[in-house]
Amino acid sequence: MQSCKRATELMSQQLDRELSGSEKLSLKMHLFMCRHCRKCDAQFKVLHRLASARSQVDKPDKD
Amino acid sequence: MADYADTVQVSGYRFGVVEGEGTLTDKEGRTPLGSDEVQQRLQAIRPRLLAFARIQLGDPVQAEDLVQDAMIAAWEGIGAFTGAAKLETWVFGILKHKLVDEIRHRHREQTTGFNPDEMPEIDGLFNPRAHWLPASRPQKWHEPEQACLQDGFWQVFDFCVLHLPESTARVFSMRELMGLETAEICESLGISEQNCWVILHRARLKLRACLENGWFSKGDSNAIL
Repeated sequence: MQSCKRATELMSQQLDRELSGSEKLSLKMHLFMCRHCRKCDAQFKVLHRLASARSQVDKPDKD
Repeated sequence: MADYADTVQVSGYRFGVVEGEGTLTDKEGRTPLGSDEVQQRLQAIRPRLLAFARIQLGDPVQAEDLVQDAMIAAWEGIGAFTGAAKLETWVFGILKHKLVDEIRHRHREQTTGFNPDEMPEIDGLFNPRAHWLPASRPQKWHEPEQACLQDGFWQVFDFCVLHLPESTARVFSMRELMGLETAEICESLGISEQNCWVILHRARLKLRACLENGWFSKGDSNAIL
């Protein structure tokens, strides 16, 4: 099984580029096995969405 | 109007009001917004533009100048505003262009001090077999999608971004806050795409941990501020 560290690299890169077929498969396998990385994967995606909301004005904050 | 004039005089500029012009017209002579409304809305969004620019540039004075430039450009170019997007989104777009220009300019002039090797250390998160150390394992986040609606969240977010090494924060914010593609970022900063991915990976790991400590593990209290 690939390491968690390598899995986090692929989780990050899938937000920036299209992963290859084998990369997708190995990430999927790892996520199936590892609940910590499943949380990390979901949280990277949340970060990605939240960060893009930083300059959206539909949900105003009060700074 | 007096309040407005007071608050917009920054860095020697005066964000002028066109005398005797009650409404603004676009090329077809339509009047999507009254000038008072435009002024009020530009003024209202100014703190958010400033916070955004500060993250990008790291230099508060330069961030003020750039925001002021963007607001002047918005005011002068209001005729090009069609009302298709919200005014605030349109102004943010102007600021983003100015930020990218500034970052490119800095890189050309070699004044960025951009050092792609200055990256956050992530080995402390993993054991020698490269699996999560118990203390670093991601925890459950409390209502993550609601975070940006809550008071104080963006202060914690900015705190976490600004505590990354400067070069890392720059790449992260160009990618995630400004939505640029990695190819564009590499070109602007003169780094390889591979390097860009490494930097983003480390930035996300660090930011994830920082937001977890500062926000998500504690519900809506902001413990680090």
